Amino acid sequence: MQRLALASMGIQDFGAISARTLVAGVEAVCDPLGALYLPETRVLVVSDLHLEKGAAFARRGMMLPPYDTLATLKVLEAVIARHDPAIVVSLGDNFHDRVGSAHLPDIFRTKITELARGRDWIWINGNHDPDGTVDLPGQSADELHYAGLVFRHEPSLISPAGEIAGHLHPAATVIRREKAVRRPCFATDGKRLLMPAFGIMTGGLDLRHKAMTGLFDRPNLVAHMLGRDRIYSVRFANLRG
Amino acid sequence: MSDSQASPVAAGLSLLPPPFTRWFTDKGWRPRAHQMELLARATSGESLLLIAPTGAGKTLAGFLPALTDLTHRGKIPPGSAFTGIHTLYISPLKALAVDIERNLMKPVSEMGLPITVETRTGDTPQSKRQRQRLNPPDILLTTPEQVALLIANGEAPRFFKDLKYVVFDELHSLVTSKRGHLLSLGLARLRRLAPGLKTIGLSATVAEPMDLRRWLVEQTPEAEHHAGLVTAPGGAKPIITILKSEERVPWSGHQAKYAMPEVYEAIKAHRTSLLFVNTRSQAEILFQALWNINEDTLPIALHHGSLDVGQRRKVELAMAENRLRAVVATSTLDLGIDWGDVDLVIHVGAPKGASRLAQRIGRANHRMDEPSRAILVPANRFEVMECQAALDANYLGAQDTPPVGDGALDVLAQHVLGMACAAPFDEDALFAEVTSASPYTGLPREKFGRIVQFVATGGYALKTYERYARIRKTVDGLWRISNPGVAQQYRLNLGTIVEMPMLNVRMVKRGAKGTVGRGGASLGKVEEYFLEMLSPGDTFLFSGKVLRFEGIRENECLVSQAFSLDPKVPAYAGGKFPLSTYLAAQVRAMLDDPQRWGALPEQVRDWLALQRDVSSLPKRDELLIETFPRGSRHYMVAYPFEGRLAHQTLGMLLTRRLERAGRRPLGFVATDYSLAVWALDDLGYSFAIERPSLSNLFDEDMLGDDLEAWLDESFMLKRTFRNCAVIAGLIEQRHPGKEKTGRQVTVSADLIYDVLRSHEPDHILLEATRNDAAAGLLDIQRLGDMLMRIKGHITHRRLDRISPLAVPIMLEIGKETVAGEAQDSLLAEAAEDLIAEAMGETGI
Repeated sequence: MQRLALASMGIQDFGAISARTLVAGVEAVCDPLGALYLPETRVLVVSDLHLEKGAAFARRGMMLPPYDTLATLKVLEAVIARHDPAIVVSLGDNFHDRVGSAHLPDIFRTKITELARGRDWIWINGNHDPDGTVDLPGQSADELHYAGLVFRHEPSLISPAGEIAGHLHPAATVIRREKAVRRPCFATDGKRLLMPAFGIMTGGLDLRHKAMTGLFDRPNLVAHMLGRDRIYSVRFANLRG
Repeated sequence: MSDSQASPVAAGLSLLPPPFTRWFTDKGWRPRAHQMELLARATSGESLLLIAPTGAGKTLAGFLPALTDLTHRGKIPPGSAFTGIHTLYISPLKALAVDIERNLMKPVSEMGLPITVETRTGDTPQSKRQRQRLNPPDILLTTPEQVALLIANGEAPRFFKDLKYVVFDELHSLVTSKRGHLLSLGLARLRRLAPGLKTIGLSATVAEPMDLRRWLVEQTPEAEHHAGLVTAPGGAKPIITILKSEERVPWSGHQAKYAMPEVYEAIKAHRTSLLFVNTRSQAEILFQALWNINEDTLPIALHHGSLDVGQRRKVELAMAENRLRAVVATSTLDLGIDWGDVDLVIHVGAPKGASRLAQRIGRANHRMDEPSRAILVPANRFEVMECQAALDANYLGAQDTPPVGDGALDVLAQHVLGMACAAPFDEDALFAEVTSASPYTGLPREKFGRIVQFVATGGYALKTYERYARIRKTVDGLWRISNPGVAQQYRLNLGTIVEMPMLNVRMVKRGAKGTVGRGGASLGKVEEYFLEMLSPGDTFLFSGKVLRFEGIRENECLVSQAFSLDPKVPAYAGGKFPLSTYLAAQVRAMLDDPQRWGALPEQVRDWLALQRDVSSLPKRDELLIETFPRGSRHYMVAYPFEGRLAHQTLGMLLTRRLERAGRRPLGFVATDYSLAVWALDDLGYSFAIERPSLSNLFDEDMLGDDLEAWLDESFMLKRTFRNCAVIAGLIEQRHPGKEKTGRQVTVSADLIYDVLRSHEPDHILLEATRNDAAAGLLDIQRLGDMLMRIKGHITHRRLDRISPLAVPIMLEIGKETVAGEAQDSLLAEAAEDLIAEAMGETGI
């Protein structure tokens, strides 16, 4: 929830709380709200929104709070207001399940329409929502090639350099003096970048998990971790002190 | 036993059927007065609470009314109409139910009684449960969770229609927990299914017997009702000593390694010893330390709640057969399991509560007429005093059991869903039933309505889930489940024991090239958070072995045998009990009274005397605060003696206030006895010029806004919320082996908490969480009492250097985790390397 609090705070010096990096030579800024901004092309990338996750669970008999969509959209609104992007790319798992976008309450549909006004919006399909979105602005696609980068939901092991992907919800654990702190992170080795999950009610998967195997050139891997009010960049090798 | 009670005893004797009288005679035993009194009064229709010390024949007493009644009834001829169970026996431990079956079957078969006895626990195979439903035994021995399952079944009315007696064993330990709350609601339902049933509660001595007596019977809005009371006289006084070691008693720590040679000698000098410790990590460390010096290879075993069940059963069996010389155990063995011929109890570490000590000591010599023998082994100097205080308390027969408490709301939510699974219910009728259970008598009708709404749709102000409701009110005005899947989900998630996410620990072989083989023995379970701190190759202590962490595969933690004797990561912490209020008061009294120091070892006496000379010793109702500089920091050490939990809460609140006063506090650490806060500013000077004054700093108003503000971001509240959410059925208990892999598909309770708190802070589940936190984890009540007590009684000593009394807590600094807030500073520290690198690259 630190992101929700952070989203409503005024920011003095954005440079001090974000982290700049290069992916296949393209400049990218890791925003502590969990989005990636590409200044040259004015593209804003978010991933794994998992909208309507609460409702998806309620459909299966677990009445999670119905406020996750609202909260995720609040953070999204803040990050869009900050960068005013020309293009928004949502990297898949935009909704938590297949019927999520069809059942979306009207208040949220209206909100998304407002956010998309005056810009392009690309919904990349994810494994949770492979059928695209229903009745929302923008276009759906399985992947997007743009500005020397490829944007897709699941990282591909055979992808050449320049992939921006989501799906795995990367998180890194810092250990110092027998204490562990784990946070979602942007993970990049300069060739590929994995996005943290943007949805408010999403968890994380540790960079050491076997699902991450082979994705990164570990000596060059840096985790840009989402701290309370800024990004902390830590080399993979330095996570465990 | 007074004269007026003599007649029930005679009445009881006259009620005993001939086989019983013969059996007693054959054994050379005489029925005890309390057994006969209980039999007579129960037979005449009273519900009763029996308070008796261990070894007083409590269990037999509890069953006598049922056994007698069943003997008179005789065997049910084949072909008769369906007969439901006659007696339900409920124990807090599965193992206890199994043990009782053994102990009960013995007299039943020796007397040739026409009575069937069976157990039903989580381990009972499905086929046997099925059969029990069709053909129930006369006496069913079970656990609270099984009772909840049985009453949530549509066949419950038939199964329980003939129920005469419900026997609750170890009632004192059941009622104070959420399990007790759930069981009280179950009992309310049983009373409806079998209106004539009588209850018999069996309990060790408790501080407030009236709480238990009310718990046992139906409460009505008009009046309070309570069960009758039968008390058995205490047995021989235990012989307890404090280990007097030749070695130096350490300043701090919890391991008591210094005393191992003497402990080993004590084991050698006795037939069978039980060694109790307070945490699982202490159990592991102690076990290893003993085996390191076990030159005679005495059979010494280990028993704690994380170990594999099979392994635990093996130890229990070996113990019952007297094949072991010693068992190192945690609270899993606290309760009344019968342990063969234990002739010595060794308690390592302070017992933290006088009642717990009495209970554990009762494990030695399970016979009333022989005194139990026990040795207390304090692990540090404060514990020496605590042990001495506990020892005095035991002789005084003092009790410090916690109160029963108001019924928890999350438990109520679970019960409401269970009742909907059993049959459609009327909201008002169920409310009346629920409030007949003593923990729920004060429940407002409106709050009950909110709980029903919560069960139906989550009870949110934003009503978007109506179409997904789990239970619905139909035209007949009754609430019923929406589909059979709801009942199935309820059964899977039932219970009030919420475990930390745990991973199974499996032993594997390491290949020559470091490859890891598959499938060796399962050793037990460890908490996920502990494993997160390990890297492959790290060694740790578990299940009495030094293990090498190999990695995690499909929700199992793989380990191999390590070839080192010195584990890198000592072990993981288990549950810790805080020092009880009563014992704390005893320790304060002892400090204040040098006359009582005579019982303490010389080195501890010297330590206290030195403290008196260089600073002072806290008076009974005074709060001593010392300030002194050390290194580049300034320290404040307070000695409230209110237990670690209350001190932690106090530490959080004090640092907030010091921060606001601009005194730049950096951190704090809490132990059971004291609290240390350190800051960049000279705290002693600040207090001297009253910026802030100590009386303001320690004012009770900290329990107002400061507490609220802190609570909202406290990680402890999140942990409490997780328990509430699982019990209330908001999120599912993670069942080992059945969970999906990868974290992204499960929902973290922390995230749900955050979302709920920011959007609907008055939600009923947050209310339940705050209630729980205030009562349990944070010990706020206790903190409040302390702040009131010390008002106007704060003594401040400004010292140039650390005092003798402050040494133990100063040694804890760096070892204890400072909670939540400091997390980002760890990230900043880790990020520094990269910043330095970046600076280097740009040449700054």
